[in-house]
Amino acid sequence: MSYFDIPKLTGSTWKVWLRNKDVFMKTYMVNFLPNFLQPLLYLFSLGFGVGNFINQIEGISYARFIAPALIAIAIMNSAFFECTFASFVRMYFQKTFDAIIATPLTIEEVITGELLWGATRSTINTVITLPVLAAFGLIEFPSSLLIIPFSFLAGFLFATIGMCFTAISPNIDSLNYPMFLFITPMFLFSGTFFPLSLLPVPIQYLATALLPLTHVVIIARSLTLASPHPLILLSFVWIILASVVFFLLSVNLMKKRLIV
Amino acid sequence: MDNVSFTVDEGEMFGFLGPNGAGKTTTMKMIQCISPKTGGELSVFGMDVNTHQREIKRLLGIVPQENNLDPDFTVYENLLVYARYFDIPRAVAEKKIDELLDFVQLGEKKGTTIVQLSGGMKRRLILARALINDPRLLILDEPTVGLDPQARHLIWDRLKKLRSQGNTIVLTTHYLEEAAQLCDRLVIMEQGKILVEGKPAELVLQHVGTDIVEAENSPEAIACLDGLGAKYEISGETIQVYTDSPQKITGALLEDCRLGQVTARRATLEDVFLKLTGRKLRD
Ligand SMILES: Nc1ncnc2c1ncn2[C@@H]1O[C@H](COP(=O)(O)OP(=O)(O)OP(=O)(O)O)[C@@H](O)[C@H]1O
Ligand SMILES: [Mg+2]
Repeated sequence: MSYFDIPKLTGSTWKVWLRNKDVFMKTYMVNFLPNFLQPLLYLFSLGFGVGNFINQIEGISYARFIAPALIAIAIMNSAFFECTFASFVRMYFQKTFDAIIATPLTIEEVITGELLWGATRSTINTVITLPVLAAFGLIEFPSSLLIIPFSFLAGFLFATIGMCFTAISPNIDSLNYPMFLFITPMFLFSGTFFPLSLLPVPIQYLATALLPLTHVVIIARSLTLASPHPLILLSFVWIILASVVFFLLSVNLMKKRLIV
Repeated sequence: MDNVSFTVDEGEMFGFLGPNGAGKTTTMKMIQCISPKTGGELSVFGMDVNTHQREIKRLLGIVPQENNLDPDFTVYENLLVYARYFDIPRAVAEKKIDELLDFVQLGEKKGTTIVQLSGGMKRRLILARALINDPRLLILDEPTVGLDPQARHLIWDRLKKLRSQGNTIVLTTHYLEEAAQLCDRLVIMEQGKILVEGKPAELVLQHVGTDIVEAENSPEAIACLDGLGAKYEISGETIQVYTDSPQKITGALLEDCRLGQVTARRATLEDVFLKLTGRKLRD
């Protein structure tokens, strides 16, 4: 068993997705509110608060500058949380995975279903966030609508990365490490709240090479401003390649953890 | 696992007994295609567990040792979601679920969430869940662990009914009375090995005899038994004599040796179990 075996999947994978969707629908009002409020809070404190002191940034208002970053962050947080803390609870405390693999489904299908659900959470979050930003006139249409399908792809990437951490975490508390050491720095230094070009050049290269959120922000900003960034294609390819790598890695790491 | 070899015939109830850590659960998981075997051969319905996992799992019903009902759903939803994993159409599943909930006497609890169920209700619901796909082979890992006598008898009753309908059942248990009552054949395992295999009554006859006489452990009693040439075993404060003629031994101990406390009783599977696996505690 290597770390990059290609999983054999069937249509049953969607039944795992459906299970999570059914649970989500039971409590969707509870799930809906925080997703709706979070971008609003950021927008008021940073966009309109801090933004008051900033005339223009790269030729646009500060609120318009951070609007796509808020979507990118929502994409990142929802998928990452879903496939770390939420998946860990299902795997470890609820034994949901054990129950499912006693049926014709395989562990690969369970994990892939979880990842697809994580990506779906990002899309749901995006669909909730877009109208908020649109209401303040911060994003361009119709190009911003492309963020909806894009959020599934980007969400999938964060889901796979999160699942890798879940696979190697001995207990749920150790999932705080990737939160503080990976998600928080990315949140701050991926061209989210200030342009990457303000950072020292070597750090710019590092952020572009290593931080997935950088690429998600580049694409999201290109779409909300309806003006493509020079690196947009590179970012797209980066996200696809990283998704494939982390998808294979997460499924195989999980298999190693759960099959004993 | 070491040199474990067994065959379960269709339509029989087959038991796995053994102390904690003997490898019962591990064996069950291998049959379920969940724990991979690293060597040897294991086939279920003629299919290899390493290559035909999906096909095999479709034919199995599983009651795991650890409860793993889905706490995010109600009783009814648990079965509905589980039916979906087996590709059972919704209308068929709904009908089946009503039947099964009646079968395990949980018809009143449809809308209850899992945390509100008692331990016995959870076990019964898991049994219902295991039957959702009309399994050809039912695997039960300690199905009655932690249940009160009523609930245990209800499960026994249901298992007997299932067997009478021709289902094949494999179960593990620590209740030897349960095994003696239910199992057509059983094995006793220890440390990943099978010690004996056979029908419960025959194992008792073969390894202990029909009866047991118990006396207090004292040098006089031992001298007396040695004089009689009896087969016995000492466990702490008591001596256990394995015999087919309890009257003779009891009489001799009481009359000839003048021992105070002597009891005679039928030998049980528990005596076989303790004799074969020793009396020390496992960890
Ligand atoms: N996940 C695991 N990783 C490593 N060793 C394990 C694991 N699960 C069980 N074992 C070991 O395998 C052996 C057999 O365990 P198993 O669970 O099959 O025993 P059992 O007969 O079912 O016991 P019990 O009656 O306590 O349920 C034990 O020595 C146990 O320590
Ligand atoms: Mg066990």
